[in-house]
Amino acid sequence: MQLQSMYQEIILDHYRNPKNKGLREPYDAQVHHVNPTCGDEVTLRVALRDADGEPAVADVSYDALGCSISQASASMMTEMIIGKTVREAMDLSGEFLTLMQSRGEGEPDEDMLGDAVAFEGVSKYPARIKCALLGWMAWKDATAQALDGTPGQHAGNGRPGEHANGQAGNGRIAADAAREQT
Amino acid sequence: MTATDHVAGQAAGTFDVGAIRADFPILARTARGKPLVYLDSGATAQKPLQVLDAEREFYTRHNAAAHRGAHLLGEEATDAYEGARARVAAFIGAEPGEIVFTKSATEAINLVAYAMSNAVTAGPEADRFRVGPGDEVLVTEMEHHANLVPWQQLCQRTGATLRWFGVTADGRLDLSNAAELINDRTKVVAVTHQSNVTGTVPPVGEIAALAHARGALVVADGAQSVPHRPVDVATLGPDFLAFSAHKMLGPSGIGVLWGRRGLLAAMPPFVTGGSMIEVVRMEGSTFLPPPERFEAGVPAAAQAVGLAAACEYLDALGMPAVAAHEEELTARALGALSGIPGVRVLGPLSTEDRGGAVSFTVDGIHPHDVGQVLDDLGIAVRTGHHCAWPLHRALGAQSSTRATFYVYNTPDEVDALADGVRQAQKFFA
Repeated sequence: MQLQSMYQEIILDHYRNPKNKGLREPYDAQVHHVNPTCGDEVTLRVALRDADGEPAVADVSYDALGCSISQASASMMTEMIIGKTVREAMDLSGEFLTLMQSRGEGEPDEDMLGDAVAFEGVSKYPARIKCALLGWMAWKDATAQALDGTPGQHAGNGRPGEHANGQAGNGRIAADAAREQT
Repeated sequence: MTATDHVAGQAAGTFDVGAIRADFPILARTARGKPLVYLDSGATAQKPLQVLDAEREFYTRHNAAAHRGAHLLGEEATDAYEGARARVAAFIGAEPGEIVFTKSATEAINLVAYAMSNAVTAGPEADRFRVGPGDEVLVTEMEHHANLVPWQQLCQRTGATLRWFGVTADGRLDLSNAAELINDRTKVVAVTHQSNVTGTVPPVGEIAALAHARGALVVADGAQSVPHRPVDVATLGPDFLAFSAHKMLGPSGIGVLWGRRGLLAAMPPFVTGGSMIEVVRMEGSTFLPPPERFEAGVPAAAQAVGLAAACEYLDALGMPAVAAHEEELTARALGALSGIPGVRVLGPLSTEDRGGAVSFTVDGIHPHDVGQVLDDLGIAVRTGHHCAWPLHRALGAQSSTRATFYVYNTPDEVDALADGVRQAQKFFA
């Protein structure tokens, strides 16, 4: 069965036991993203902190309805990026996006992506790529909002007007750190 | 024109699925290394050689812009296009002049909705179509987005109020408040003739009678009914019926709006331009009678010819036989799926007033994941909300997996579906 190439054990583990699921306080921004083709949704919160003059990911929490791929991807993402600087997390996001767009032909940087290389199999199924990216796109959007206090641009998933309770950034964080990466 | 060179698929009056399948080359291919089991005809149907040949014949021998020019090919193309209109009309018991070709069923519904808002500034002949503040537009919670969003938009443009029938827990239309919902303020009622999710067939004739008693127009979405069972507009009830070719073995890119002659004659145009005008001056223009008034631009003649070939093919099988075949498959699917613990079929569990769309949820497994396991087995189904988000909300399902059947499907394929669902349960256990 080719199924195993998509549903690696690590993906199923995160699906069955998602990490950082359930919305938490405090947070600087919250977004709601929807995949219009299937109705999957994620509400995601981001809290940032200052790490020696650079914005860093203090916390990411989420609530989501969706398939195993979208759930596992969001769960794994939170483990990968909490504690990183926003710049590092954006690099990870870019690397993950590249992997997902590789149609199974990519050479993922395992040192960088760690367990997330398990999603390489998903990249062979174009219909499922949006599932794997739903959480990441929500995080990027929430982070952009948290950094500059204005609603960010959706990057692929979700639609304009889907922001729920977008919270203004608190001004502690230097702006634009994320922008140049996106 | 080739209509059907041979009436394949029909051996001595029996419904011979093996012979039918031979007309659909795509069904012989594999998917993910397995024989293809195509259970997504509700999204789009496969095309028989007879349809493909008819389009190819048009392009190889008769291609020209219909209704333009005086050359021979132009005449042949016009004849082919108008012949197709007559063939499609015959398929649903209509007159050719009542058949408007559109690009899709979606566009057909939008045509009526936009004609209604265009009526606001049209002459007195369009009174019947005018809506504004205080008027009501009535839809149902069961609609495909194509028969919901255009009406929401009409209300937004005109200030009319949108109201809707709800659905019952078993996926039927809740008509308990019909007397209140259909009232003197109601200007138009838009209702599906068969749900693309639950297969439910609402009592369109009964609704039309109530609506007509209050002077309201009735628009039926026939995208899921016309391909699958006999439809006769003379006895159906509604004033307009929309359907699309690609769901009934025909080409993509063409749809149909049937409308009562007198109503079409009084209706202002939606899309304007060439082909639909009578006299054009710089100050303004007058328009042709229907159906030309609603067909601006060079007609999709090859697609019309393909649709006519599809009608020919279906009539050769016999629409009552098509419906009977699908009912058998639907009953088998309802039995097989509802017998699996953890599987919930959305909508009616019997085939009474129910067509061949079977949507279901599987406890603990998202439809995407069910669909992925089925895909791995070569089985093509639809997953998601199937462009009927409000209906899913009403039935308490975030989304679902949907199997739809057509002339070329077999009982074995239904069994393969049920097996696949069990495999998905095993995989995600």
